[in-house]
Amino acid sequence: MSSVQDLLFSKDHEWVRVDGDSATIGITDYAQNALGDIVYVELPKVGATIAQFANIGVIESVKAVSDLFTPISGEVVEVNGALESDPAAVNREPYGAGWLLKIRPSTPDETKSLLSPAEYEKIATE
Amino acid sequence: MKRTALFEQHVDAGARIVPFGGFEMPVQYAGILKEHDAVRHRAGLFDLSHMGQFWMTGDMVARWADTLTINAVGTMKPQQARYNIFCNEGGGAHDDTIFYRLEKGWLLVVNAANADKMWKLLNDRRPPHGVELENRHGARALIAIQGPQAAAMLQPHVNVDLAALRYYFCAEGLLENVPVVLARTGYTGEDGFELFLDGADAPMVWNALLRAHAGEGLEPCGLGARDVLRLEAGMPLYGHELTESITPVQAGLKWALKLDKPEFTGKEALEDQLALDHYSRIVGVVMEGRVPAREGYSVWFDGRIAGSIRSGSIAPSVENKNIATALVAPEASAVGTALEVEIRGKKHAAAVVGLPFYKRQK
Repeated sequence: MSSVQDLLFSKDHEWVRVDGDSATIGITDYAQNALGDIVYVELPKVGATIAQFANIGVIESVKAVSDLFTPISGEVVEVNGALESDPAAVNREPYGAGWLLKIRPSTPDETKSLLSPAEYEKIATE
Repeated sequence: MKRTALFEQHVDAGARIVPFGGFEMPVQYAGILKEHDAVRHRAGLFDLSHMGQFWMTGDMVARWADTLTINAVGTMKPQQARYNIFCNEGGGAHDDTIFYRLEKGWLLVVNAANADKMWKLLNDRRPPHGVELENRHGARALIAIQGPQAAAMLQPHVNVDLAALRYYFCAEGLLENVPVVLARTGYTGEDGFELFLDGADAPMVWNALLRAHAGEGLEPCGLGARDVLRLEAGMPLYGHELTESITPVQAGLKWALKLDKPEFTGKEALEDQLALDHYSRIVGVVMEGRVPAREGYSVWFDGRIAGSIRSGSIAPSVENKNIATALVAPEASAVGTALEVEIRGKKHAAAVVGLPFYKRQK
């Protein structure tokens, strides 16, 4: 499992790892655990423009459909195609093989409104 | 919100608790798919104490119950269990239940969410003589052990020969030295037993079974796994495939309908529905793609809406496909019919298949 120390978090339980002009987005360990066995992930198309905190897809567990939000704005450059046949990777490795999508961030300042690992930890353990 | 006698056991085991039928119930322990796997290949232990248990005695019980239900009560043999449905005058289902004919009386098990409604119905319709009713809802516990290893795991704990206990029969005996009614019934599509016992004895029995057989793969299971298991096995769940407006005929339960009984509530309506043969009905649906069908989604046939999804889930025992039940118009109900399910504004290909989706190897 990758370190969470270089991640930023949204209150909606998504994480983002910004690396220059690329940002990887996923859901947190707390979120995958709360959802239970994940069976389907619906993501935006490559090339789509997404706005911070907007609903960009759904993530479905055996029991429920949950909305997926993006922690920052940008253009979708890649989605994790492996999740089509193995959505359970999100349960197993939410910060690794279970990543959801990569975007080219359009508004770098937005990361200021996100939470640090320590700040998110407080929310997730409340 | 009420709690069953096993609430502490669920919390101690780290179960996720949800409200269901007026009780705080475990929806999952280790995870729905892991629990499902245990029941299909080893065994699972379920707390079903939220279900209503009514005790009926008197020499009129069978004759009276036959006027309120679609299946036969009077022909039940001693120690037999039988699935039965109470209908309203229009043929819709008040509840689907199981009758257990015991030595000294009848045990009627009703759905948790319908327990108050059914208790009132039974009392309102009770004849002046020959039927005594006792509401044991909440006081008596119900533990189910289900799966191919259930009989082998349970046998050392009971003084009843389980090999001689046939499917849909029951026995009265001792389980860990406390009185129990053991029934070879269940709601998972596997072999298994339902254990009716005093609430005060339930934690001891639950702990003893888990302690003895956890090493062999016995897992505590929640209502989430139970719902997937019953859907795969094609069993109706009240509120989904059966309601006050969905009749047993529509739900495909004609096998339980005994029209040779002289009269019972809903008989005329059900006869008319069968004779006219133009009713929407519950069918099995398999999605072609990976998107799960969920309750309430519209079902399209031939360019128009032909019905809606009533239950849906991924089905580990059906090649991991997304399966569902749908209530659809008769022209869209034949096995093999191509349908579309509307999910978030898009139509997804699906097909009607025969029920059940899953049948265990015997």
